Amino acid sequence: MTLASLNLQPVLPEIVLAAMACLILLVDPFLPKRGPTVSFVLSILTLIALFVITLVQMDDSVRMSFGDMVVNDPMADLMKLVVYVLVAAVFVISRTYLRQRGIDKGEYYMLGLFGVLGMMITISSNHLLLLYLGLELMSLALYAMTAFKRDDGRASEAAMKYFVLGALASGILLYGMSLLYGVTGNLMLTAIAETVAAGEDSMALKAAVVLIVVGAVFKMGIAPFHMWLPDVYEGAPTAVTLYLAAAPKVAALALVMRLLVDGMGPLFYDWQPMLIVVAMLSMAIGNVVAIAQTSFKRMLTYSTIGHVGFILLGVLAGTNEGYAAALFYTIAYAVMTIGGFGIILLLARQGFEAESMDDLKGLNDRSPVMAFVFLLLMFSMAGIPFTFGFWAKLAVLQSIVGVGLWWLATFAVVTAVIGAFYYLRAVKMVYFDKPEDTSPIQADVNVRGVLILSGASMLIFGLYPTGLTALTAGAFGL
Amino acid sequence: MSLYQILFYVFASVAVLAAIRVVTVKNPVHAALYLVLTFFSTALIWILMEAEFLGIVLLLVYVGAVMVLFLFVVMMLDVNIAPLREGFIRNLPVGVFVALVMIIELALILGPASFGLDIYPSPEPAPADAGNTLAIGQVLYTKFVYPFEIAAFILLVAIVAAIALAHRRRPGVHYQDIDAQVRVRAEDRVRIAELDADKTRRGDVAGDSKANQDKETS
Repeated sequence: MTLASLNLQPVLPEIVLAAMACLILLVDPFLPKRGPTVSFVLSILTLIALFVITLVQMDDSVRMSFGDMVVNDPMADLMKLVVYVLVAAVFVISRTYLRQRGIDKGEYYMLGLFGVLGMMITISSNHLLLLYLGLELMSLALYAMTAFKRDDGRASEAAMKYFVLGALASGILLYGMSLLYGVTGNLMLTAIAETVAAGEDSMALKAAVVLIVVGAVFKMGIAPFHMWLPDVYEGAPTAVTLYLAAAPKVAALALVMRLLVDGMGPLFYDWQPMLIVVAMLSMAIGNVVAIAQTSFKRMLTYSTIGHVGFILLGVLAGTNEGYAAALFYTIAYAVMTIGGFGIILLLARQGFEAESMDDLKGLNDRSPVMAFVFLLLMFSMAGIPFTFGFWAKLAVLQSIVGVGLWWLATFAVVTAVIGAFYYLRAVKMVYFDKPEDTSPIQADVNVRGVLILSGASMLIFGLYPTGLTALTAGAFGL
Repeated sequence: MSLYQILFYVFASVAVLAAIRVVTVKNPVHAALYLVLTFFSTALIWILMEAEFLGIVLLLVYVGAVMVLFLFVVMMLDVNIAPLREGFIRNLPVGVFVALVMIIELALILGPASFGLDIYPSPEPAPADAGNTLAIGQVLYTKFVYPFEIAAFILLVAIVAAIALAHRRRPGVHYQDIDAQVRVRAEDRVRIAELDADKTRRGDVAGDSKANQDKETS
């Protein structure tokens, strides 16, 4: 193997990110102790540079490197772009929150960047080993970030639960991968698909599918494997929750797409029923249990469980339209989530976490602009027409109706209507309840800026969804 | 039954029994030792399968380094195992039932029907001079260089995470600064205070020393 056959160009973003993360690692200890401003700025600059590199490299071709281990197709490029934007937004919005809690350290940004590296590797892997290593790199960074506020018992407990359950899920996923390797004799996903398509059906292959679906779905946080999600999201510092809830979901979608569609596409009729069951459970549990929550953070977590159920609907449609819809929904979900958890950052201040639903009351009296942003976000999550979330739900539903799953679409709509109740209840609290706490909102321009951008994108993509629809469709060659 | 098969069954049953003992013994140190036995038997099975490099690495890294460290931790921490074992008997029937169902299911799927010798015939034994250390070395830094580097990054993240979570800067701790010790000058250590040699005010000792102190500080 020569250097030319390695073809390093497609992995240029990964190399740049790894180098920059190591540079920040080296620079950070020598900086003045007042705060990691330099690390923060370098991290943002790195993400911007990656955005430019990926944008320049992006075309309709499929670029392989490292002997076909790494694949950069249009889907990977688009997903990576989304990840950069999401993580940059999370870094910007969480700065003040971290500083007020004394955890604004360079390691936060470093671990965040290493997490991005793991996501990028997962997104563009065509090899079981790479897929697993990327996933572990990402997860390891996430576990550490969850425990970042180490003197906080809740955060430590959350990190512990996340770590143990994440390791269990990795084990199940690995077992499935090893069976898949045992049956097909190949680690390359495209080669596995060919072997599976050529060979006959075997029970061992079905067992591999079951284990891989369970592992992947566990990582995505889909019912009935969602138990860790509320505790982890609630226990982690809100800035970390933002990170956990947004970008890793894009990587989780990539994991599902790579394993199930690229690797086990010929076994579609084996994994589709499983995904139907877990997606239905997820939508039902997420949307119904969210109603009973008194903590806003937990409510958003259950809403996440509901949303990922919707994302799976697009995948289980098994058509390119469905995959594009799933990616569209994931992007919409991630932007909405940054806004949703961002509201908690907006209301939080030194020594006070605004996690309860009651803290939302009378937001309109305190800040009409932010109240309107909140309204847009909640309307979008509920899927009210002419918001971002509406088009996402519509695209996913269209794709499953397109393959004849009318009953499933009906079920999804019913759960969405149930879900609308608690989103609208939160809006009612903001507009029609008297505030319990009338002190002015202290959040700085970073938090406000990202929130306003997030809210504005609900309107912009709600009124002009065609651009993003074309992008996600283009990612799957439509 | 060939010697090969006899050896396999011996190693495999020792591994399974030791693994069961890991969770059933009362003393955590014994549990760690049984875990060592499990790893040891597994390593022997790997060597039987001609994966001698992996077998030896398992012994060196897991048994030699990780488990010894683990034993130290278990001995130092004096883990109170009683709360961990609470409800063991109560939950035992359910646990055994679930485990049995899983074993039967896995046996049905992974048994001879899917992985029997008629489907996957046993490979030709490698010649005596074939070593898989060489084979691994040839692909590790060429074909698998990318995963190899990623594994290195995983270790780096583990280090960063461990330091970020465990390192704390304590303000009141005294530690030796050799640089400062070498650079120290006599003036830094000894201060020549000029005191009055006046003996007339000797009666008021307390007031005198206080006045001197004031003078020094000013």
